[in-house]
Amino acid sequence: MKTDHLVKMMGTNLRAIDAHEPPRMILISAGLGALIALAMMMLFLGIRTDLSAPRTWIFLAVKYAFAGANIGVSLANLTRIARPGGERRVSVALGLVVFAVAFVVAIVSLAFAPASDWKAMIIGEYWLLCLACIPLNAIVPFAAIVWAMREFAPTNLRLAGAMAGRAAGGISACVYALHCTDDSLPFIAVWYGLTIVLCAVLGGIAGPRLLRW
Amino acid sequence: MNPLEGELKGLMTASLGGDEDAYRNILGRLSRYLRGYYKARLAQTARSAADVEDLVQETLLAVHVRRHTYDPEQPFTPWVYAIARYKLIDYLRRTRASVVNVPIDDVHEIAAHDGGAASESSLDLDQLLGQLQPKFRNAIRYVKLEGLSVAETAARSGISESAVKVNVHRGMKALYALIAKGRRS
Repeated sequence: MKTDHLVKMMGTNLRAIDAHEPPRMILISAGLGALIALAMMMLFLGIRTDLSAPRTWIFLAVKYAFAGANIGVSLANLTRIARPGGERRVSVALGLVVFAVAFVVAIVSLAFAPASDWKAMIIGEYWLLCLACIPLNAIVPFAAIVWAMREFAPTNLRLAGAMAGRAAGGISACVYALHCTDDSLPFIAVWYGLTIVLCAVLGGIAGPRLLRW
Repeated sequence: MNPLEGELKGLMTASLGGDEDAYRNILGRLSRYLRGYYKARLAQTARSAADVEDLVQETLLAVHVRRHTYDPEQPFTPWVYAIARYKLIDYLRRTRASVVNVPIDDVHEIAAHDGGAASESSLDLDQLLGQLQPKFRNAIRYVKLEGLSVAETAARSGISESAVKVNVHRGMKALYALIAKGRRS
């Protein structure tokens, strides 16, 4: 085939395109993924029963601040990474500040507690459930975000996959927080942080396969 | 701003608005730039001219089916360079050549060479169209190759105008996917 022929063909009956539209689809599919993840959690685990205590609300707020910051950073990055060359306009290092802050807060809270409490504060009660549930329940939101990203044209597929994984991990952590009764800052930093990082790593591994175009 | 950037951006913005002349103009220029870029980049790998032309055409089709990802508030050159570089790396991986030194920031490299006259690619449009679903194949044939209007095509095929538009759009995506996938296997 001659290239001139292809050019002529592509220009025939050209349709106008609304390119101004931001990658809204990514946000919508993340929201739908979150709803499904919420339904799964309610079905298999249920919401914690001590929601009337103020202490519960404080820790729920901290969990949401941490997981929510992860969602915010990764979705904001994804709307840029979705476009060719967009990876040049995001700072991965800046996005990692969220984890640094969480760990500083955790260490400060340990410093104010007696050493005999440290183990209980870090390990908590249901660390294994947290470790299993957050990545598992991130699968649906991850698939939803990847599906939306496939309509775009990311040129750094590893980064795109990692950010999709991180966003999904954050969403899943928000959902799990409604069930989770482990109320300690080190627990949140270690187990929520670890599972979100795990989701990001797995997403980065899967990215080049799932997002190639 | 670089004058070339301003000119290309103006053409692309007009193209997104549906200006066919602007679109053919920019695609013609991009094909020369891409040809020059890929020739320079593949010079060491001793590939045939048809390989370069295949890559040029695959990239042009990628630009076409992903043109909605261009944000008119951003410069055009880095966008098209990112696509060209992505397709080059994809090609190098496929052919198992080493992927060394394809700088992410050399955006002006894209217009640094004029690749000269086109040679034919190894892609056979009729054969590719034959692999598409009939409704996509017919939509592309009438609207994109024979230049019938959407209304005429709708009347001839007995479907609605919006269905014709969807078939053209999805058909072009399927055509691109066939080329990109075929070269991977």
